Amino acid sequence: MKVAIASGKGGTGKTTVSASLAASWQRPLVAVDLDVEAPNLHLFLRPEIHGDEKAYMEIPVADESKCNFCRACVDICQFKAISILGSVLMVFPEMCHGCGGCLAVCPEKALTPGQRELGHIIWGAAGSTGFLMGRLRVGEAMSPPLMRQVKARLNAMIQHAETDVVIDAPPGVSCPAVNAVMDADVIVLVTEPTPFGLYDVSLAYGAFLPLGKPMGIVINRAGLGEDTIYEFCRSKNLPIWAEIPFSRDIAAAYADGGIVAQASSELQLTFDELVESIIDAHAEHQEVLHA
Amino acid sequence: MPEILVISGKGGTGKTSITAAFAHLAGDAVICDLDVDAPDLHLLLDPTIRQRHDFYAGHEAVIQPDRCCGCDICRQVCRFDAVRPGEPAPVIDPLRCEGCKVCVAFCPDNAIDFKSKHCGVWYTSDTRFGPMVHAQLFPGDENSGRLVALLRQRAKEIVKTNKKTLILSDGPPGIGCPVISALSGVDLAVIVTEPTPSGLHDLERIASLCDHFSLPVAVMVNKSDLSATMTRRIEVFCRERNHRVIASLPHDPDFVLAMVNGKAVTEYADGYSAQQIRQAWDTILSLFNGADSPKKNSVPQIGRRKAS
Amino acid sequence: MAKLAISSEGPDLDEALDPRFGRAAGFIVVDPQTLEFDYLDNGLSQAMAQGAGIQAAEHVANSGAKTVLTGYVGPKAFMALQAAGIRVAQNLADMTVREAIEMYRNGKVKWARQPNRRGHGR
Repeated sequence: MKVAIASGKGGTGKTTVSASLAASWQRPLVAVDLDVEAPNLHLFLRPEIHGDEKAYMEIPVADESKCNFCRACVDICQFKAISILGSVLMVFPEMCHGCGGCLAVCPEKALTPGQRELGHIIWGAAGSTGFLMGRLRVGEAMSPPLMRQVKARLNAMIQHAETDVVIDAPPGVSCPAVNAVMDADVIVLVTEPTPFGLYDVSLAYGAFLPLGKPMGIVINRAGLGEDTIYEFCRSKNLPIWAEIPFSRDIAAAYADGGIVAQASSELQLTFDELVESIIDAHAEHQEVLHA
Repeated sequence: MPEILVISGKGGTGKTSITAAFAHLAGDAVICDLDVDAPDLHLLLDPTIRQRHDFYAGHEAVIQPDRCCGCDICRQVCRFDAVRPGEPAPVIDPLRCEGCKVCVAFCPDNAIDFKSKHCGVWYTSDTRFGPMVHAQLFPGDENSGRLVALLRQRAKEIVKTNKKTLILSDGPPGIGCPVISALSGVDLAVIVTEPTPSGLHDLERIASLCDHFSLPVAVMVNKSDLSATMTRRIEVFCRERNHRVIASLPHDPDFVLAMVNGKAVTEYADGYSAQQIRQAWDTILSLFNGADSPKKNSVPQIGRRKAS
Repeated sequence: MAKLAISSEGPDLDEALDPRFGRAAGFIVVDPQTLEFDYLDNGLSQAMAQGAGIQAAEHVANSGAKTVLTGYVGPKAFMALQAAGIRVAQNLADMTVREAIEMYRNGKVKWARQPNRRGHGR
């Protein structure tokens, strides 16, 4: 089972919940940080790192001496990554989305595969929990290609074992966020009871609903702002799986890099119940699917 | 005309609350919400929409079943795993389609349409603090970088026609395409961070991105009383990188109370946090109006609103 | 005489010079001696998701112009113009196309060696 921890808005406690969930999970688990622009899960799980590899995307490299200026590559490229100016063939590597179209259409083999660095894929273990993350290179604009490679690595890691997965997804509802949750079996939406939190979680709910996956809410900093989030959950029939009370102690524990579930026995209980709710929601959904 | 961008790398540090307060204090800015994926600034500024525009970007491939012979070539050439088997013809998952046209070009039956994609809407509006441009991207859509560029362009036009003196923008989270698009060529990036491991980690990354673009940076530490240790580490980092820390704000319920009331913090209260934000804004103004201008050749005069 | 391309907000010599290169409304391609000109609409580049600067550079290169007068040129467009052997004068603003031509004729434009901004998406 794959569980994605998402949030419409950044800073609601998505990583806090991911880390605590990973620490409370009773079955074999890999925790994955797919928030590759701002990966933070490792700061709380503090895994022992076993490997660190650079990830690359295939891009074209031009050999002008072979080019007959037929413009087939220029015509197929939707991203303006190749240009012919007079008698010069130019590649703009950072524009390339890695679709391979130009390489496939060039009749003269004037374009050959090269590489652009996307960032790093890092893996390891925090106790018995497997750990995997992507970290986007500063200056790299596209995160989905790196996320795809992290997901491919994840699938290789869990192929042979009955292992569950907790995914720390990017915030928002843009392409990278949807990319991170679309392979999950269950989606946990983390929000806070403020106008921003409500607005953003309603966007996320709308974005993820078409995926047809069981969803539940975790309200972080409960008691902080206002109660409209509860009305929203009722009206959408969205279960509230956990509430983490607003307290300075919790905020300070987080600030010092602590795992919130371990801050008190009440909180540990909250997260144990969250784990159960997720497992139950998944089982229920499977039954509906197979009925 | 200076363009000031408030960013954070990490979400939830208080970037939008601070942008709203600056908009209140500036009084004469063109306000931009460049967080087009999850915009929140409108919740505080309550804009009256004057114009609504559709935003189209890129294309998406759609298989027409009546023309498809089922050869499977589209699936083989797609590098984004977007083509799914289906009856009577395969289907392209719009969430995975990159709009690269490779399947369209290689389809022997010309069975794949390539339509331009309606990705969102954007608005020009009026608020009690001045004109505002903002947008809402549809879920799962990309090319927000282009939408960000479009909003900035529109803001510049409004500055000209309305004789405004400054552009104030609430930036997107992260360090990817929309952020790069938001910060290229601005006059000052105000980074709002918090004293947590994530806050520092993301500050380091966004500051590196600003250095990459040779941008002047000012840092504000929000909720600074949560961890004295982390706050100190942030200050040390900023000193080493030569980035000025212009404010340290406490963890203050005024932020949330102002938000619940649909107000900017400085508008809602005049407590310690509000005063610190006023001082920070004055410091920003002095960066532009004073001798230590962030850019040598730009000494524009911008207005300020007095404490009432 | 080699032609100039000037980013322009419209199809006339008295239009304002468009400070944007990649997303300029269009280009006036003009013979600086006779002032005979063509207008090149750049609307398609304006609407592009990415690579407007490169697209505009292609337009200008195909027009036969060997000189560009404009405001801001991004790094990729700059590389493309250089590759096409086109000289660039940038940082022009707040003037009409005609005034820009006048500056050029009086030898008052400065040739750029590098792009003036690290652009992205503009």
